[in-house]
Amino acid sequence: MQDLGIRVLFMGNNFIRLLKGLGVALKISLTAVILSVVLGILLGMVMTLKNPVTKCITKIYLESMRIMPQLVLLFLVYFGLTKSFGINLSGEISAVIVFTLWGTAEMGDLVRGALISIPGHQYESGAAIGLTKLQIYRYIIIPQTLQRLTPLAINLTTRMIKTTSLIVLIGVVEVLKVAQQIIEANRYTVPDSALWIYGTIFFLYFIVCWPISTMAGWLEKKWKN
Amino acid sequence: MKEKEKLLEIKHLHKDYGNGPVLKDVSLNVHKGEVVVIIGPSGCGKSTLLRCINGLEQIQSGKILLDGEVITENKTKWSEVRQKIGMVFQSYDLFPHMTVTDNILLGPTKVQGRDKKEAEAEAERILERIGLLDKKNAFPRQLSGGQKQRVAIVRALIMKPEIMLFDEVTAALDPEMVREVLDVMLELAKSGSTMMIVTHEMQFARAVADRIVFLDGGEILETDTPEKFFTRPKTDRAKRFLNTFSFHMERERGGKAI
Ligand SMILES: Nc1ncnc2c1ncn2[C@@H]1O[C@H](COP(=O)(O)OP(=O)(O)O)[C@@H](O)[C@H]1O
Ligand SMILES: [Mg+2]
Repeated sequence: MQDLGIRVLFMGNNFIRLLKGLGVALKISLTAVILSVVLGILLGMVMTLKNPVTKCITKIYLESMRIMPQLVLLFLVYFGLTKSFGINLSGEISAVIVFTLWGTAEMGDLVRGALISIPGHQYESGAAIGLTKLQIYRYIIIPQTLQRLTPLAINLTTRMIKTTSLIVLIGVVEVLKVAQQIIEANRYTVPDSALWIYGTIFFLYFIVCWPISTMAGWLEKKWKN
Repeated sequence: MKEKEKLLEIKHLHKDYGNGPVLKDVSLNVHKGEVVVIIGPSGCGKSTLLRCINGLEQIQSGKILLDGEVITENKTKWSEVRQKIGMVFQSYDLFPHMTVTDNILLGPTKVQGRDKKEAEAEAERILERIGLLDKKNAFPRQLSGGQKQRVAIVRALIMKPEIMLFDEVTAALDPEMVREVLDVMLELAKSGSTMMIVTHEMQFARAVADRIVFLDGGEILETDTPEKFFTRPKTDRAKRFLNTFSFHMERERGGKAI
């Protein structure tokens, strides 16, 4: 039976379809990551302001994004917006919106943390050797902020890739959806295909996420002060 | 005594952070090649004084002149003035993301626009002299506290400042590393550098200073040669300060002997 099960992978273009499904998941998460990094940097800078209004608003935003399960957000955007406002969003677009909303919050908090973690004497030491304000940022503050940020942002990327497995629930044909279709189609001919297909997905996620996490860990170690 | 060239003039300096005066009418001249050591109890305004000199703090009134030019005006180009004033702080303030060489070269190449090759050669010469050439590609995290402070001194020196300010640069060091940093400063003093040094190392102060300035409560209470100040302080407050000090030193010695 066992070699029957694995055969399902290579029937027709099943494996290619799985890869394409993974591609959809990656496309969504990477788009969301890029948007989150850009917006998160802006949000993080706003979060370091001492203004009580921006402080309060960003805090509420951050906390609500953290408290709300991503699935609820997905349903809210995909079904809620469609029903209430007649805005018709595709599942993929909804997913990008939700992951960007969530990622921006997380990224913003990381940026804020990285910015405030640069001690004041770094600015002063730069000033003391005659650097201008702009040069201090360019050569001292921004490089250090990026160093602290990069491993954290990479970890956020893997979290996003993993969380994309939820979007099957709003009808996006990503890797899990493809898997379900394949299993469904072979229900009678290959009853144990589920194990093989999901096992394959496990490996696909692993192959994508493991190098990314490893790189994050490596960078973190390399730049540790 | 022949009149020496005044390099730094501080005139009636007042400084207030917003909760009472910190420096009250401080006036002080530093001549070319002179080593002035500022001592005084914690919180008396020593760091503030140094920070006012290179513009890290706004002053309320008075003025400071460098080479006869007022540097405490709104139009002061601090980027230029600070090239003439080297400063080393108490905290290890090297840039952690750069190697020793890059730390040292940042000022010469980006601020002074010097040729990188030429500046690097000079950096290596100085590093060699203080025994740190083998660390030129190391990152600050790979250095001991004493090594970091010596690199910080080199980073300031390579700008060829006219005056060097040292703010308790050995205060955060383990005792066994204090000496190597003080030795570098002593050598600088011998080579004729103009320096203002804040320190709690009294024996070092005595050895290195041309003049001791005793600051207490934001005021200069005494200015004297180290000989006179340490043997015959004029004010009670200076006497008391020196007494607490020797008390500490005796305790330390006693502790170590046991
Ligand atoms: N940034 C600051 N804001 C408010 N008060 C300050 C600040 N820096 C120093 N002070 C106060 O000014 C006084 C002198 O401080 P400082 O110059 O650091 O003293 P010292 O270096 O002699 O120990 C202290 O009372 C200190 O609390
Ligand atoms: Mg101080």
